Amino acid sequence: MKTRTIRLILWAPLVLFLVFVGLFASGLIRPSSSTIRSKLIGQPLPEFALPAGVPGKPALARSDFTAGKPRLLNVFASWCVPCIAEAPQLVQLRDAGVEIDAIAIRDRSEDIAGFLARNGDPYARIGSDKDSSVQLALGSSGVPETFVIDGKGIIRHQHIGDIRPEDVPALLSAVQSAQ
Amino acid sequence: MRRAFVVAVALAVAAPAFADSLLPAAELANTALPDAKQEAKAKALMTNLRCLVCQGQSIADSDAELAGDMRALVRRRIAAGEEPQAIRDWLIARYGNWVSYDPPLEPVTWPLWAAPLLLLGAGAWIARGRFRRRRVGPN
Repeated sequence: MKTRTIRLILWAPLVLFLVFVGLFASGLIRPSSSTIRSKLIGQPLPEFALPAGVPGKPALARSDFTAGKPRLLNVFASWCVPCIAEAPQLVQLRDAGVEIDAIAIRDRSEDIAGFLARNGDPYARIGSDKDSSVQLALGSSGVPETFVIDGKGIIRHQHIGDIRPEDVPALLSAVQSAQ
Repeated sequence: MRRAFVVAVALAVAAPAFADSLLPAAELANTALPDAKQEAKAKALMTNLRCLVCQGQSIADSDAELAGDMRALVRRRIAAGEEPQAIRDWLIARYGNWVSYDPPLEPVTWPLWAAPLLLLGAGAWIARGRFRRRRVGPN
């Protein structure tokens, strides 16, 4: 080989090293996104029937989502702190005419009742999912999450994390386009 | 100074605050199935499924509540006679290939599978060059 080519080859390890440093640095500065989206968007809501979360409020089943009107399905828990933060936005959505049902994850009815008394109650129905099995069937990986379900029971949209005031218009339009 | 040290130690050993529910773990989250064969099947699948909230761990290793609920789901379905592959497919349909530690061979993942072979080939090629030079070389 010519000395010139050899000299160029000698630079290769350093270049490779710098590439790795760059990779590590970008991983440290901007870690890969940790939100796992449900793959069920555009697909029918899975079959489920949950017992009532609080006495005096209806239980929740899949058949409640096929009445022809889009609804929000809010996955929450009384022990979940961001759920407190999104409560005013859910009330705002309810006041705007959106019908909201909820699944309470790993919760007790007295705790749910306390949560609703403290943070407002925007829900038409609450199902109690004590072993997260419906949450897993939905492809949801945490609380809070909110799904937009159209009138035929098809999942149209998933909002991961608490609903901030600035998220309300997008959710309203997602509900409207699910008509 | 001493107080600062105590605070530093307290911070170093503090566990991250997980928001946890007040409910006990699901029935089958930490209890083996009575049938040892079924339990072995369930265990093998659990070490192959990624925990959704503690993303570097399998659900077999994780103490997160959702991981416990996923273990219970796996055991429940295995006990009902479902095959591990069917349970894995059920989860992949909801969370994507991400949830499994056994990525399928797809156009996107083929570099992952080909890389070890390519690297081994490159290593063999380099080694061959070196050995040959030594045999032929004057020193």
